[in-house]
Amino acid sequence: PEHLEKLPLTTSGCPLVIQCKNFRIVHFVVPRERDCHDIYNSLLQLSRLVRYDELYAFSYNPKQNETERMQGWELIDLAEEYQRMGVPNSNWQLSDANHDYKICETYPRDLYVPRNASKPIIVGSSKFRSKGRFPVLSYYHRDKEAAICRCSQPLSGFSARCLEDEHMLQAISKANPVNRYMYVMDTRPKLNAMANRAAGKGYENEDNYSNIRFQFVGIENIHVMRSSLQKLLEVAGTRGLSVNDFFSGLENSGWLRHIKAVLDAAVLLAKAIAVENASVLVHCSDGWDRTSQVCSLGSLLLDPYYRTIKGFMVLIEKDWISFGHKFSDRCGQLDGDPKEISPVFTQFLEGVWHLTEQFPQAFEYNEAFLLQIHEHVHSCQFGNFLGNCQKEREELKLTEKTYSFWPFLLDEQKKYLNPLYNPNFSERLSILEPNTVSFNFKFWRNMYHQFDRTMHPRQSVFNLIMSTSEQNKQLEEDIKELELKLEQQKGKQPNAVFCKEPLLSVHPMSPTLKTSECFKKEQPLLPVNESIRTIEGSNTADNRYSEYMEELAKAEPAVVSLEYGVARMTC
Amino acid sequence: MEFAELIKTPRADNVVLHRPFYPVVEGTLCLTGHHLIFSSRRQDNVEELWLLHSNIDSIDKRFVGSLGTIIIKCKDLRIIQLDIPGMEECLNIASSIEALSTLDSITLMYPFFYRPMFEVVEDGWHSFLPEREFEVLHSVTNEWRLSYVNKDFSVSPSYPPIVTVPKSIDDEALRKVAMFRHGGRFPVLGYYHKKNGMVMMRSSQPLTGTNGRRCKEDEKLINATLRPGKRGYIIDTRSLNVAQQARAKGGGFEQEAHYPQWRRIHKSIERYHILQESLIKLVEACNDQSHNMDRWLSKLEASNWLTHVKEILTTACLAAQCIDREGASVLVHGTEGTDSTLQVTSLAQIILDPRCRTIRGFEALVEREWLQAGHPFQQRCAQSAYSNSKQKWEAPVFLLFLDCVWQILRQFPCSFEFNYYFLLMLFEHAYASQFGTFLGNNENERCKLKLPQKTMSLWSWVNRPQELNKFKNPLYEANSLVIWPSVAPQSLQLWEGIFLRWNRSSKFLDESYEEMINIIKYNKELQVKVNLLRRQLAELKTDDEMQESL
Repeated sequence: PEHLEKLPLTTSGCPLVIQCKNFRIVHFVVPRERDCHDIYNSLLQLSRLVRYDELYAFSYNPKQNETERMQGWELIDLAEEYQRMGVPNSNWQLSDANHDYKICETYPRDLYVPRNASKPIIVGSSKFRSKGRFPVLSYYHRDKEAAICRCSQPLSGFSARCLEDEHMLQAISKANPVNRYMYVMDTRPKLNAMANRAAGKGYENEDNYSNIRFQFVGIENIHVMRSSLQKLLEVAGTRGLSVNDFFSGLENSGWLRHIKAVLDAAVLLAKAIAVENASVLVHCSDGWDRTSQVCSLGSLLLDPYYRTIKGFMVLIEKDWISFGHKFSDRCGQLDGDPKEISPVFTQFLEGVWHLTEQFPQAFEYNEAFLLQIHEHVHSCQFGNFLGNCQKEREELKLTEKTYSFWPFLLDEQKKYLNPLYNPNFSERLSILEPNTVSFNFKFWRNMYHQFDRTMHPRQSVFNLIMSTSEQNKQLEEDIKELELKLEQQKGKQPNAVFCKEPLLSVHPMSPTLKTSECFKKEQPLLPVNESIRTIEGSNTADNRYSEYMEELAKAEPAVVSLEYGVARMTC
Repeated sequence: MEFAELIKTPRADNVVLHRPFYPVVEGTLCLTGHHLIFSSRRQDNVEELWLLHSNIDSIDKRFVGSLGTIIIKCKDLRIIQLDIPGMEECLNIASSIEALSTLDSITLMYPFFYRPMFEVVEDGWHSFLPEREFEVLHSVTNEWRLSYVNKDFSVSPSYPPIVTVPKSIDDEALRKVAMFRHGGRFPVLGYYHKKNGMVMMRSSQPLTGTNGRRCKEDEKLINATLRPGKRGYIIDTRSLNVAQQARAKGGGFEQEAHYPQWRRIHKSIERYHILQESLIKLVEACNDQSHNMDRWLSKLEASNWLTHVKEILTTACLAAQCIDREGASVLVHGTEGTDSTLQVTSLAQIILDPRCRTIRGFEALVEREWLQAGHPFQQRCAQSAYSNSKQKWEAPVFLLFLDCVWQILRQFPCSFEFNYYFLLMLFEHAYASQFGTFLGNNENERCKLKLPQKTMSLWSWVNRPQELNKFKNPLYEANSLVIWPSVAPQSLQLWEGIFLRWNRSSKFLDESYEEMINIIKYNKELQVKVNLLRRQLAELKTDDEMQESL
């Protein structure tokens, strides 16, 4: 849980409000105040664990054998992914410089760098970059021969320079045979970057680097994002909200402005590669928050593979997990500095969701997939998102002691398939060019009100289409089977002319027909989609019935508030 | 008057047309009495644009040298630009368009000249006769009767000639009640809830004035709809304050003392210029692509459009709730009973009555609760979002109703026989049409204009199978339940299909809609095939067995 609150005692008991990280809000009424106090304290302690090995992932046991578990961890192989992109190649190579985490603790062991970036250059550059996070390859665009690289801010202060770092950038620009100019995207607001100079950090001076175009894109820092989400949730959590309160709250939270900033940066990145064939180096301060957002969303716009289920897992594994997005700190997995918590990854998922809304046929996965990933980034049920970087994960021996999330997700992939997905869409339009005019951004109700069903559409087009297309597959099989049987049956018949005739004639209740095997089968094969067609909210409690009825509420016994409908919750 | 007098330059060549989402084209512009026609006149690929003058909301012109530019803003919210070489031509064309798009006389409107190119299978003017509607009602209850008291429109000029009233109230009493109600709009039946026999009536405000006038017949009339010992609700679509102020002008509301069996609820729904301004602001916000996020959200908020949607929906839900949940009858009125009242009564019916969610049922609803009920379409829809005339009577009341329906449709996407395009089509035709359906302000005017004889009904066209197909919702499955929409702001959305229609390409969304239709169509084909094969197989087996037994 994100937040616990004990409310004043009422006649029915002591209310306890639990606000979860997945945006669920649960209200309990505990009859005895003492019990409530105990529960409150226990929950408080249990939600603020101090050691990793106390987390659920270390005790979660899905009854898999050791081989299955290990196979699960091997499902996603980043070396394979770089191969798919086309590296190593004549311009890019695998570097073993960080093989023992000596140069950068928060980077993975395997890093891809330009072929002409020698080890001294790498080492020199890393010393000139915050936390040693020197420029490395994040994505290579095979057709354009252009690259997305990522790093942290340079330690330039007001005037410092570093020849190795300058060489490093030159090596990146030289690794692009088409366009020697490269972009350096500082994803921070200019003011923040300038302020960093006083602390001996800062941004690249265009004069010192040849062939670069430097650009700020103005995404705010983790603290701004944290308080933005807090404001958003405050607005969303208010009961009986007026439309104007909602919109002004939404505006004041700045949330959609931030989402737009992230997407705008990704669009800029994708355009540089797709239109100008230019390589781009992306960084922020430490290069693990905004940089991860922009690199991953940019790659998603450029490469249809990341719009498939498997590809999306790979993308998260690469740009988030392996490059050291601090999941543990950002999600508050352990009791730690609350100022480290920030919804950076949630924003990435929301960016993807906005893209799925604009391109309904471009993605193999659906909204439920994004929601499920969000769920387990916070659940600590699997090992993938524990810790802050690969080194830490290795020390925790996660592959030995916990299970990987990806095979479980893949097992359930039926639930996450987008029935409207058209693989050919990408052939026509491999690079997505989203429209980022403000009116395209909407409040993501299904994320932030995921558990408040009263606000959702009562019938889901999506579920209906999904089950229909599943049924279509079944019917196609049935037809094959029936045609085969028919052939066999015809083969048995001596009189061929006879078989054409019965097509039209119907003998509805002939006794033999009644008992025939295939007739019996007919019932289950054409299911009425009861579950989909049913309408939620035909009972009053489901419907904010009370909301229409402010005036009548006094005369009528108050309708049970939905939040207290604890009995219906399935946790 | 001859149209030719107004058309000084009937034709101009080398005109350049700019439209949203299409490449710029050069061609010839022609003006006729009712249309602006543009044709690229290219051999290979002729592109044509036909625009009804009545669809033009406003027109701006500007000049750069001798090249004139006309910007035409349409009632369907589209904006097009024409570059016309020659200052005189441009001025002539602009003034012609201005004159032709603001004709005073209804009888000069296009519907009086339009001759359909299709075969009329069913005359829409007779599709929804009150007598036939009454037959349906009569089959479930005999507590109501048709009254012809207004047959010559003398009792209430804005009521239709035939209305449904309680059986126990005679025409004499109705006349007296009419004197007590604004515009003579005495309470009539709007909807009968079969499930529990409760009803929804609508009227205008009672003319109580400052000295608390009362009318025994009025009390008797509405009490006649109550079951013994039961209470009813009066939903006043004005705030208490506004209702009280109305007394000074001779209007008012039902006093508790005189209507002890009724409980009055005030719900504030905005009207007239407030709505018109709201629309203008909303469209302005949607048309400016340069807004940053904060500005967009604050403009959207400042337009108040969704606030109006929420107000109207909430009140409709309240009315529906009184009937279905409380088991009480309801009387709805505002001031005149021609705007917010109709929004509430018609939406409540969509919530309560599955019939209103079918295409024909919805058409009947529009006919009954809007056209016959005397919503002044001519006045309200004279101008749309680009108007600057600020006439008091223009207001997007019907558009707001359609928007509310759209919101419910979004929340219950399988419960409506029609799709979004159907609602869009009704919006377009309410503002500019070749059909006579939405002309005039009430039945009285339509009668005088002889619309059924002289013009074609929209329904004659829509209800042809070829047209209907476009408006059918592939997901529809009849559902007999009451559908309660959520009115939380998080559940309401901007109707992109109308307000962003010309501001962004909907290509990918349209394609995915097509794909959805294909999946459903394919499913039906497969089911048919499976059943056929099964039958064939069964027959073969039977024959086999017969032969064996022979």
